[in-house]
Amino acid sequence: MSPTTAGGPQPLLSVDDLHVRFATEDGVVRAVDGVSFDLRPGEILGLVGESGCGKSVTAQTMMGLTRATNSTISGSVRFGGNDLVTASDEQLQTIRGREVSMVFQDPMTSLNPVYRVGDQIIEQIQAHKGVDDDEAKERARELLASVGIPNAAERVDDYPYEFSGGMRQRAMIAMALALEPRILIADEPTTALDVTIQAQILALIQRLNQERGLAVILITHDLGVIAEVADRVLVMYAGQIVEEGTLDEIFYDPQHPYTWGLMGSLTRLDQPPPDRLPQIGGAPPSLLAPPTGCRFRPRCPHAFEKCGELPDLEVRLSNAAGHADRCWLDPADKKRLREVEGRIGLEVPA
Amino acid sequence: MANGDPLLQVEHLVKYFPIKSGLFIDREVAAVHAVDDVSLTLHEGETLGLVGESGCGKSTLCRAVMQLIQPTSGSVRFRGQELVGRSRKQMQVIRREMQMIFQDPFASLNPRKRVGQIVGDPLRLHGLASGNEVRRSVQQLLDRVGLSAEHYNRYPHEFSGGQRQRIGIARALALRPKLIIADEPVSALDVSIQAQIINLLEDLQDEFGLSYIFVAHDLGVVRHVSDRIAVMYLGKLVERSPAAMLYERPIHPYSVALLSAVPIPDPKANAARNPVVLEGDVPSPVDPPSACRFHTRCPWATEICSEDEPPLADYGSGQGAACHHPRNVDSKMIAATEVAPDSPESASDTLPDQAEPVAATTR
Repeated sequence: MSPTTAGGPQPLLSVDDLHVRFATEDGVVRAVDGVSFDLRPGEILGLVGESGCGKSVTAQTMMGLTRATNSTISGSVRFGGNDLVTASDEQLQTIRGREVSMVFQDPMTSLNPVYRVGDQIIEQIQAHKGVDDDEAKERARELLASVGIPNAAERVDDYPYEFSGGMRQRAMIAMALALEPRILIADEPTTALDVTIQAQILALIQRLNQERGLAVILITHDLGVIAEVADRVLVMYAGQIVEEGTLDEIFYDPQHPYTWGLMGSLTRLDQPPPDRLPQIGGAPPSLLAPPTGCRFRPRCPHAFEKCGELPDLEVRLSNAAGHADRCWLDPADKKRLREVEGRIGLEVPA
Repeated sequence: MANGDPLLQVEHLVKYFPIKSGLFIDREVAAVHAVDDVSLTLHEGETLGLVGESGCGKSTLCRAVMQLIQPTSGSVRFRGQELVGRSRKQMQVIRREMQMIFQDPFASLNPRKRVGQIVGDPLRLHGLASGNEVRRSVQQLLDRVGLSAEHYNRYPHEFSGGQRQRIGIARALALRPKLIIADEPVSALDVSIQAQIINLLEDLQDEFGLSYIFVAHDLGVVRHVSDRIAVMYLGKLVERSPAAMLYERPIHPYSVALLSAVPIPDPKANAARNPVVLEGDVPSPVDPPSACRFHTRCPWATEICSEDEPPLADYGSGQGAACHHPRNVDSKMIAATEVAPDSPESASDTLPDQAEPVAATTR
């Protein structure tokens, strides 16, 4: 159990000290390095970070999708009475789709182009439930209609190429919901879509969360998307969670300099633009040989000696029991350090 | 070129891609109306932002301006000279002064060539430098874009996305162009790296006196870099405006919707806003909707919108929009509008009706 949720409601799913390593020609990639968090019933948990920070590998490992001859997985993912890390393939098959479902980033490549959209949904229903063709097709129609596909009764017979990007993502969500899972993992579900279509898909995810009590893990690199739909937020950097908190805590009282940097480098439409965009210097580290101590130290203008030692993800504020971070700076100093030209940011190194 | 003349003038540019069909003889059965009668001007030292959703014709417009594809009709004048209809050879000379930066830093660099060769090739091809001169120039360029001279002998795969985009920028700068067309230069990059590249592009603009056409679908990024912005929808220019004014007071309903669809990275501000959510998808450019192409998705559309193509109407200060039911303007502004000189030839001259009450539409 994550240190921050002790005493809260019973978590639906609990990730504890998860490590995922891949052996490659160049060496061992430590893609996920000690990730722990809880997913609570009915919440939308945002997982935010840049490419290569391990957010997708975390999600895929929860579904048993990173099992391979070159991967080493340790730690646990507790769901119901099972540990999804050690569960057999047969056990996983009863959980995937029925209990936990996943939607991927690219709706163009996630559907099989040579099968009708409806048939792909029917196949999934029949693989898990003994229903006849007519009943399965009726269910597929209902599902497509419920995610807002216009004219679902006819579109169920369309091929994927006849769907637009937004409709394909709706179809993917319909497919993920076919067996009424309790958890939906959405990995960058709107990244490949235009903003007006993104707004539609986010509204759909929110509606499903409210109407069905569906718990959602939403993976994204976009803090705007997080601000729109998430209840709680995990910020990941270089294979680790660097900050965890409620939406308001992360946005109005961020504790980790990397979170400040992410906020600072955003362009906001509701504020006059700054003369120069605050940037984070350097680039994320290679996970073949991550820096010792705090992973963000090489890019952090506020680093000091203590940062040579890796800080734990723990609560460092006296008044916020669920707000944890991995940073040695004194919380009192942080308020001053994160102020850059009247907004939150990471000071641009001169 | 006389002073004050625009660096680039695009007039009534059209690009249709034919769709052919037939067993023995290819007949043209339809056409993709990718860019349909678009006019733009770009002045020296200026950045023109070009925004719109996928398939609206932004990239086609850039390629037609560069003459990488042959426009169907219309004119592109660069420093006073007409580019449309020029031979490849003639264009090669002109392209010294107009270069492109591409979206995908993984696909736009040849994986078999070393960085030194990638950045130095333009110099060699145009006969501007040879031997050691090339090496020196390339190393200077690498240094200028934030890479180091030691990167000269490395291959693209050894670099991260942000570094590759820097290589692409160095290559575009090699010939000291006047104009750089940047087609989604930061959309493949992470936010923290995006800020680095945008800041670099702005510094280079000041240092080398560059003019940019900056294409992006991220409206925040576009506002940050642009002096003026053109909004496209399904091959048509629907609004053009000084950057700050577009965000303060979007006139075309599509601009209003596009701006309001962008989530604000601030939970309270986000909860307080009341976005205009567009329904449905962008229609096919093969058979675009009649008259105003936005009428099928527009919350304010009326009968006239499907019958009569609105002209680009001028609202003063360089702001123009092609709409029968403009937003965020008062009756005085409507009374003062005129058909803009760069209005499409196919459009009518029906200006917005003064009698119609126009409510302010804010985000």
